[in-house]
Amino acid sequence: MPKVTFITAGGDSRTLDIPAGWTLMEGAVQNDIREIAAECGGGCACATCHVFIDSSWVDKLGPCAAAEADLLECTAVPRAPNSRLSCQVRLTAALDGLVVHLPERQT
Amino acid sequence: MTRHVIVGAGQAGLQVVEALRRDGYDDELVLVGAETWLPYQRPPLSKKFLQGETTAERLLFRPQDFYVKQRVDTRLGVAASALDTAAHRLTLSDGSTVDYDGLVLTTGARVRRLTMPGADDERVCYLRGLDDAARLKARLESAERVVILGAGFIGLEVAAVARKAGRQVTVVEAQSRVLQRVVAPTVSSFFEALHRGHGVELRLDARLARLEPTPEALAVVLDDGSVLAADLLLVGIGVEPEVAVAEAAGIHCAGGIVVDEFARTSAPDVLAAGDCTCHRNLRYPAPHRIESVQNAVDQGKVAAATLLGKLDGYAAVPWFWSDQYDVKLHMVGLSGGHDSLITRGVPEAGAFSVFYRAGERVIAVDSINRPAEHMAARKLIAAGGRCDPDRLADTAVDLKTILDS
Repeated sequence: MPKVTFITAGGDSRTLDIPAGWTLMEGAVQNDIREIAAECGGGCACATCHVFIDSSWVDKLGPCAAAEADLLECTAVPRAPNSRLSCQVRLTAALDGLVVHLPERQT
Repeated sequence: MTRHVIVGAGQAGLQVVEALRRDGYDDELVLVGAETWLPYQRPPLSKKFLQGETTAERLLFRPQDFYVKQRVDTRLGVAASALDTAAHRLTLSDGSTVDYDGLVLTTGARVRRLTMPGADDERVCYLRGLDDAARLKARLESAERVVILGAGFIGLEVAAVARKAGRQVTVVEAQSRVLQRVVAPTVSSFFEALHRGHGVELRLDARLARLEPTPEALAVVLDDGSVLAADLLLVGIGVEPEVAVAEAAGIHCAGGIVVDEFARTSAPDVLAAGDCTCHRNLRYPAPHRIESVQNAVDQGKVAAATLLGKLDGYAAVPWFWSDQYDVKLHMVGLSGGHDSLITRGVPEAGAFSVFYRAGERVIAVDSINRPAEHMAARKLIAAGGRCDPDRLADTAVDLKTILDS
């Protein structure tokens, strides 16, 4: 099962097992990562599940779709090139070891 | 020790819980829910869940662990049965009582049901909660002929799912266009064309006259005499706010539990938030009831702040979304009272926005497959909605710059 490490803005880190096929957002929420708000529940409608993909992993994720890119323009903490909406990133075996950084806030 | 009690374990109820704990409330918290599920997301019930792409467990907002760690005393499968606002005592359906310092009613809404003969046929389905959705999903698996009553968001989203699953789908709508309650004719036309293009039969200006159950089919008889044979009838004709306990307790209700901009009801120490409320939003002159995730979340935050003594008047800009086939509709603001419309883009191209104006101000925007425009529209409306109408219609102008105009 892929392992994903979430690092808060304050530097705290948690490593979770998230089943392949789940999104980063689902894994975070189900493991009580409070820094992901996910107000629309994964509907790509609210931009409150914002994460920064660690630079060592950015190239290993597929590109994001136009709809996600549009919403990333509206995150509470301004987006960076490595920003993603965690509800749009699906875990696969190839992403085992993924590291993501959490923004200070989502709203 | 203070005890705050939240009645209704849905999105608004959970938001109150989260906001209270996050803002430093460390005392007792009780969360009462009539359903047996911990708080879960409803939007996916008419989309991913119905399509078999997610499970009940994955719909929970927070796992069981969260409630344990946050010391939330959850009473699930139990409804509120009576409220004594003078004594600050809530009675539950299992006979137990809970005394409170603060009470937040987040009881949501219940579906309008058919009451005519045949309405209790097992082929008749509703969609509000997880149990409904599980039942609908199971029925859908073996239903060839699906009839949907009501072309609102529930009806249209389920139509899209059923059609994608290859079922024969007929949507029956009493009004003359779909989503008539909430969108302009251009947007209705777009969705009518979208569904018809996917092979859905749409019967507008059509009402259900009666049901005639037979073993072979549930005959859905319309007011023009035509008969639709159904293996499944989904009834999506709206909801009523769940106000019974509040009303019986003497709390002022009118189209919902009436609350001010601080989520306060007419009873001391009783607040309400979400789908069950007819609430004051400082942006609008009159109180209203809104059925949306955004309202549940934002009102929940207001209620929590009020409980903690921080009066923070509700002034969020309403927004909403709906997914049908590969079309994403985003809505922001409230379009009631508009006197002009501006369309940006070409509906036939499958992506456009409609701006609803009242005089000089944009008061609402519907965006179809234009999420960036939706997000720009949220900012525009939050800032008061004034802008040059020519720039709205001009697709060469980046909508993000519209606030500078």
